[in-house]
Amino acid sequence: MTAVQEPAAGAEIGRDRRRKEDQRLITGRTRWTDNLTLPGMLHLAMVRSPFPHARITNIDTAAAKASPNVVAVLTGADLGEAQGACINAWPVVTDQVTPTHLPMPTDRVAFAGETVAVVVARSAAAARDASELVEVDYEELPAALDLKEAAAAHESGGTLAHPDLGTNVSAVWRFDSAEAGTGGDVEEAIAQARANGILIEREYRQQRLIPAFMEPRSVVVDPTGEQITMWSATQVPHILRFALAATTGVPESKIRVIAPDVGGGFGGKLQQTPEEMITFAVARRLGKPVKFTETRSESLLTGHHGRDQWQRLTLAATKDGTVTGLKVDLLADLGAYVAIVGGGVPVLGAFMFNAIYKFPAYQFQTTNVLTNKTWTDAYRGAGRPEATYGIERLMDELAAEVGVDPLEIREKNWIKHEEFPFTTVAGLEYDSGNYEAATARAKEMLGYDELRAEQAERRARGDRVQLGIGVSTFTEMCGLAPSRVLGSLNYGAGGWEHAEVRMLATGKVEVVTGASAHGQGHETAFSQIVADRLGVAFEDVEVLHGDTQISHKGLDTYGSRSLVVGGEALVRAVDKVIEKARVVAAHLLEASADDLEFGDGAFTVRGTDASLPITEIATAVFAAHNLPDGVEPSLDSEATYDPVNFNFPHGTHLCAAEVDTETGQVALRKYVCCDDIGVVINPLIVAGQVHGGLVQGIAQALWEEAVYDDFGTLVSGSFTDYLLPTAADTISFEIDHTTTPSTTNSLGAKGVGEAGTIASTPAVVNAVVDAVRHLGVNDVQMPCTPERVWRAINSRSSGGSTTEAAAPHFDSAEGEAL
Amino acid sequence: MTRISLTVDGQQVTDDVEPRTLLVQYLREQLGKTGTVIGCDTSNCGACTVHLDGTSVKSCNVLAVQADGSEVTTVEGLAGEDGTLHPVQEAFRECHGLQCGFCTPGMIMQTVDLLAENPDPSEEAIRLGLEGNLCRCTGYHNIVRAVQHAAGAGSDTERSGQDTGVTA
Repeated sequence: MTAVQEPAAGAEIGRDRRRKEDQRLITGRTRWTDNLTLPGMLHLAMVRSPFPHARITNIDTAAAKASPNVVAVLTGADLGEAQGACINAWPVVTDQVTPTHLPMPTDRVAFAGETVAVVVARSAAAARDASELVEVDYEELPAALDLKEAAAAHESGGTLAHPDLGTNVSAVWRFDSAEAGTGGDVEEAIAQARANGILIEREYRQQRLIPAFMEPRSVVVDPTGEQITMWSATQVPHILRFALAATTGVPESKIRVIAPDVGGGFGGKLQQTPEEMITFAVARRLGKPVKFTETRSESLLTGHHGRDQWQRLTLAATKDGTVTGLKVDLLADLGAYVAIVGGGVPVLGAFMFNAIYKFPAYQFQTTNVLTNKTWTDAYRGAGRPEATYGIERLMDELAAEVGVDPLEIREKNWIKHEEFPFTTVAGLEYDSGNYEAATARAKEMLGYDELRAEQAERRARGDRVQLGIGVSTFTEMCGLAPSRVLGSLNYGAGGWEHAEVRMLATGKVEVVTGASAHGQGHETAFSQIVADRLGVAFEDVEVLHGDTQISHKGLDTYGSRSLVVGGEALVRAVDKVIEKARVVAAHLLEASADDLEFGDGAFTVRGTDASLPITEIATAVFAAHNLPDGVEPSLDSEATYDPVNFNFPHGTHLCAAEVDTETGQVALRKYVCCDDIGVVINPLIVAGQVHGGLVQGIAQALWEEAVYDDFGTLVSGSFTDYLLPTAADTISFEIDHTTTPSTTNSLGAKGVGEAGTIASTPAVVNAVVDAVRHLGVNDVQMPCTPERVWRAINSRSSGGSTTEAAAPHFDSAEGEAL
Repeated sequence: MTRISLTVDGQQVTDDVEPRTLLVQYLREQLGKTGTVIGCDTSNCGACTVHLDGTSVKSCNVLAVQADGSEVTTVEGLAGEDGTLHPVQEAFRECHGLQCGFCTPGMIMQTVDLLAENPDPSEEAIRLGLEGNLCRCTGYHNIVRAVQHAAGAGSDTERSGQDTGVTA
């Protein structure tokens, strides 16, 4: 850490506490959903469509039903309205085209992998065996697969993903700074730059990615109690309960959703899935507990994907590199259905393309397009990595055009630290930041000047392996979200969070949060916050979450919101406890409440040594023998906090990469970053979030892509084909922090969960391009595979699309290419 | 059905299993050893790693019948009977080598095997030795630190604390 933030003596906040969660996880004493077994429990297997678009003409279940230990085989028609529907919570425009999404469609499938029947058996193996025996007759339909073609289909007479809708365009969402009154006219800026300035026009590809959390999704439903209980590997138990109730007609009060131990999410478990709905419906129908656990292949095929955009970008600048306008035109692939956040993901990016810069004019438009592929939704960063990639790549291109260092062009355009709070051209108010400080520290960590000198030297001598230095000075909006803002964007819910603090008679403290952890370490970080504020021991705080019967109210975990929204709710609940205790303390200490001071867990009477710990007050309140008249015998308090603003972490990430110009192989040499995430609660947890985020972002730059073939089949549908990085692919990182506290929450904290992922992708690609720019390359399409880098060097292009690159090895195109 | 007898985490067990039953399915479904988990179906992820007669194996890649007569150790059998953690378990906690914890049983079991073969591995040897175990949360940085910590290879507590704060 830099010297900016040191924990106060004895304080929990700022301390690198080892995690409370770990004891169970390292000894295998875990509660993953798939671990659950209930008496009489039945198991499900899904029968899935092999075709991306087809009419279902017949489903013959007779042979499957006759298979050993099979209890039932059910189709969408069998379940009828009881199966409910999968909802979209964010129609981004009022006339959004939203296809009906039944968990099991009855007449037509819209992507390969969609469930058409479900087998219920006494064991998972028996269910899977019988699923092979379900005979489904399909009449294949043309499939809309290519994003650009699909976007134009209503004009070109091309293939429609849903023929009855008449178009593949779900929504066109637009922001224009001149119309909004937040800036000038972008077309004017572009015209001026074209006449007498610099105009950078680029088209970038955000490839399709798969969140690939390590725990496959699993769901167990027990309908035998008065409440129907669902355990699910989900990030969003509260939202899931709402969606179950809203679409099945079962009263919300009759549904309990539990997210037990959940093995990662990254946005991939922010969903109301068809599998959850089907399992719920089958359990209700049969009156027995049922379980469905997906295989990894099913997970990759049908769990929602992320990213998948084409970005047409126009950056206008004066000749000295001062940006005068930015125009963004996106095509976003929604896949076959509009998922729960769905078309809102690219819209979140609308506020971030202007990043840390002072752009006078800005226009953003996204065209959200339906195709016959797996649906897309939030994946770590959700809209913001896409935006950050676009602008950070453009800033490097502008620097190259002006002929200056990429950091110099950024400094010329960024918001200076004395200019905060700053209202951006996208209409957001950035509360705090110091881009100068973070950049200076990152340069020092990398040895920026030395590496630039080495780069020049290797370039001069024509070294086969060239060095590139990639820059990414990112910011993001996190802490989703002020409810009024969400309302103005037509989102279906609010963005508040709830917390409750219960003072137990024995001096222990139970904390209930509406955030739903799945690896983040909330139990530890929240315990530190409560321990400090309430003056109790870290070990005496128990954090409860992820069960709608315990945490009855919440909006769950995504969008780097748990600490900055959930943590703030917690602070407010604690403060209410202290105020309730103050009244009792005054009574017991026979003093005026105004004369009491609270600190280190006890009330003291000012000017005396009379003192009473809050834990003793809790015991006294439990006994309730001696309370002031009219005071209820409880200190327990709750708070629901609606944030007043987002917060805006930022940082400077620098990547040094070596590119073998003969093979196209990219090797990471050094990666450093200096992030400003405000006040750090636990540096250990923060470092872990940054490291993991970095690798996910680097993986987008270099390795990962969900690839479909011309038949609409996902060809990267297993871990042998979808290239998740291993320990051997990655390097160790150097990370540091500067601290400018957020002014919008009392902790001074900013979100960190998504920062690494948002920042690192452009840093790496900028490094790759920087290494070979002198060879005539100004773009390499992601993922920057050796083949594509090699092609870029040899054809001075971006290396071509992955459709070709992913062709089978025996394909003739491969032979010609190499 | 085939009858098998083996020792799992020090406990003698005998069961009838279908010949196609994978060792991991047997451990989880018949023995309730749910500390060992299934993360994929192509033996890429290593989440199910256990020790079979002292050597790490992916238990999704071994049939239960192949373990007949053998000794199996899972993550649940690693700590001492008095609850004392194995040094590798302790190192993963100390160095924040886990987040969601799903890959952790496999990572720990693989690390124990790796260190048994090479008690003083270089960072490169650690990274290659863990190549068969996927993690999506940590970016491997702190897993590597945890292995170094467990090995005591130039990575004492002080060093580890510094890493977690920031720089190396």
